[in-house]
Amino acid sequence: MKYRFSRKQLAIPYALFLLVFVVLPLVVIVYYAFTGSDGRPTAENFIRFFTDPNTLGTLLYSFILAVVTTCVCLLIAYPVAYALAFSGLKSRSVLLMLFIMPMWINFTLRLTALKEILTLIEGNLAFHPFLNSVIGMTYDFLPFMILPIYNQLERMDKSLIEAATDLGADAPGCFMRITLPLSMPGVMSGVAMVFLPAMTNYVVLDMLYNSTYIMGSLIGSYFSAYDWHGGSMISLILLALICIFTLLTKDEDGGDMRGGSLI
Amino acid sequence: MKNKKLMMMSLAITCALALAGCGEEREDADSVVLKVCNWEEYMDLGDWDEEETIDLDSGDIIGVNALYEDFEDWYYENYGVKVKVEYSCFGTNEELYNMLTLGDEFDLVCPSEYMIMKLMTEGWLVPYSDAFGDEEDEHNYYVRNVSPFIKEKFDDHEINGESWSKYAAGYMWGVTGILYNPDEVDEEQVSSWDCLRDSTFSRQITIKDNVRDAYFPAVAAVKKDMLTDSSFISAADYPQRLEDEMNDVSEETVAKALDFLQDTKDVAYSFETDSGKADMVSGKVLANLQWSGDAVYAMDQAEEDDLYLAYSIPEECTNLWFDGWVMLKRGVGNDPAKQAAAEAFVNFLSRPDNAVRNMYYIGYTSAVAGGTDGDEVLEYVDWTYGAGEDEEDICEYDLSWFFDDEEAVIDAPAEQLTRQLYAQYPPEEVMERSSIMRYFDADANARINRMWINVRCFNINRMPVWGWCIMGVLLCAAIAAFAISRRKKNYDL
Repeated sequence: MKYRFSRKQLAIPYALFLLVFVVLPLVVIVYYAFTGSDGRPTAENFIRFFTDPNTLGTLLYSFILAVVTTCVCLLIAYPVAYALAFSGLKSRSVLLMLFIMPMWINFTLRLTALKEILTLIEGNLAFHPFLNSVIGMTYDFLPFMILPIYNQLERMDKSLIEAATDLGADAPGCFMRITLPLSMPGVMSGVAMVFLPAMTNYVVLDMLYNSTYIMGSLIGSYFSAYDWHGGSMISLILLALICIFTLLTKDEDGGDMRGGSLI
Repeated sequence: MKNKKLMMMSLAITCALALAGCGEEREDADSVVLKVCNWEEYMDLGDWDEEETIDLDSGDIIGVNALYEDFEDWYYENYGVKVKVEYSCFGTNEELYNMLTLGDEFDLVCPSEYMIMKLMTEGWLVPYSDAFGDEEDEHNYYVRNVSPFIKEKFDDHEINGESWSKYAAGYMWGVTGILYNPDEVDEEQVSSWDCLRDSTFSRQITIKDNVRDAYFPAVAAVKKDMLTDSSFISAADYPQRLEDEMNDVSEETVAKALDFLQDTKDVAYSFETDSGKADMVSGKVLANLQWSGDAVYAMDQAEEDDLYLAYSIPEECTNLWFDGWVMLKRGVGNDPAKQAAAEAFVNFLSRPDNAVRNMYYIGYTSAVAGGTDGDEVLEYVDWTYGAGEDEEDICEYDLSWFFDDEEAVIDAPAEQLTRQLYAQYPPEEVMERSSIMRYFDADANARINRMWINVRCFNINRMPVWGWCIMGVLLCAAIAAFAISRRKKNYDL
């Protein structure tokens, strides 16, 4: 009899990975977040987060930055994905590749190039920190928006549109009532994949000289000041926000995050 | 059954590996492992080109192997003990400290002066042995060759009644100043730290992205009137008073520094950690708060593009800093063999020719002046900056304060008065207005960190009313859209 791994056994490596690198650190974060520097349990860090105008301001700033970035990404990505999915072009896989190709290059390298290009256009980067950050983030996250939407549109049953047209729907109506609702799962998964990293990806801001902190850099600054407790609390609150956001955007049919697996 | 077999097999393999590990240990029992942790790119790692040979009067100097590898051979030759150096690096003092608190074991590390003070206060360190200070021992290069200037600073500064020199040996040192482009900026403009909020620079000046390097110039600028007052400067206890003023972390001063840095934020091009040098060279910015060693590096780089940058050390004060070697209790502990190797390592690095190798490789200024065991360091300074035969505009540059040698005066091109030589070995009158920045206690540290977060964060109270209005409208729109989409879905179903 030949030995075969059961499904359960095959999952062991991943379960171990999950335990050591996800669950354990999370436990440590929770522990630190709810203890003071003397090691006693306290809710002080929690209260401090919601009473400090700086942390609240940073949360707001990161939120606005993420919302704007997501909107810009969506505005650019949707038409592109639509055109790609509906153009009967033979070469569309090549076109799609062109949009994904930047992801093959290390992103700090891409940002350095972007920095030089923006300097050529704007002259001095430091005058438009917010705009630059939005451009940088959009540049960085655009493929994550295009792919899920494209994926969703691509496998949509095109005969639905023919049927609607036959029944007298005009083109805008067709789009609004068929294509758009059917592509929503893709949009949602794209939004989740852009919005969440945009809240914390401070490397983009650092490299494009935006000297205002966002959530990621704020956590870093707490840690480098040896304030593990305050930093952990911010991380935890961010995690809670992400959970709420994911629950809100979740499709009831459970058909969410389609295409997410592609990346 | 099969399952058991698999387990047995893995057990056997584990045992075999463990045994092999033991065997290795036994083999190396007579050799010492020295775990050294240093700043990144802070030691000569060898591999120089033939053309890079430094041909001094006292002989050629070239780095073939990494210095720590050379040390292994040197130690075996002179002490007959095999040593294996495990060399690793850290990025910032805080990172090193976090590594130590998380349990990493090192024998010899090279933090900056304030971190040495912190480690001393918290009892991490092992003092250097008496043998290390014995000038008669031929291998004790450090004690004989360290510059008297450095030695004095290390002897004079105390923590809990113990001088730095008991625990630390100087490695590199420098000051802070402003690197600027003399084609666009007057020397006058950058002669005070106040320039960091000078709106004429409008987004063409950079500042360091860490609280200590930003706080120091801010304090100097807000106390400018006092620090440049002649009665203050001529006071008998000027150095001590200067140091006290520059290490002022009272609520009042921190509040003033906060104002200053908020102005700076509106003027600065960026708060940089490493990009400032490149931005100077590429001409994106005109001035840049910079450590002397990095300034030398940037000036060298810019020269290759025919851009001649200059360095200014502001009139109020400059931050004198050191990096030094300290031994850790957790690593060296009570192991005399390890401690001997660690001290020998410091001595080896302090041999004048090795100090030159390091200076050439990393561009910072070594704490070693030489003299007793060779004049390589001074010769190297002359070799690098000395004026050529046919040069016309020549000045006499006095280095005697550092080398403790009346004759340590070199002929240098006059332009060096504001360039690399000035940055690497500032004149004595500049060094008089230098002050170290101490390690602050927990309260003061929390205070300046809070100030820094205040500078860097968007304060919600600064949000204008129209901002709130827009937010409100958008929020309502989002909720409405959400509700509609939900209802529609129900209808569709």
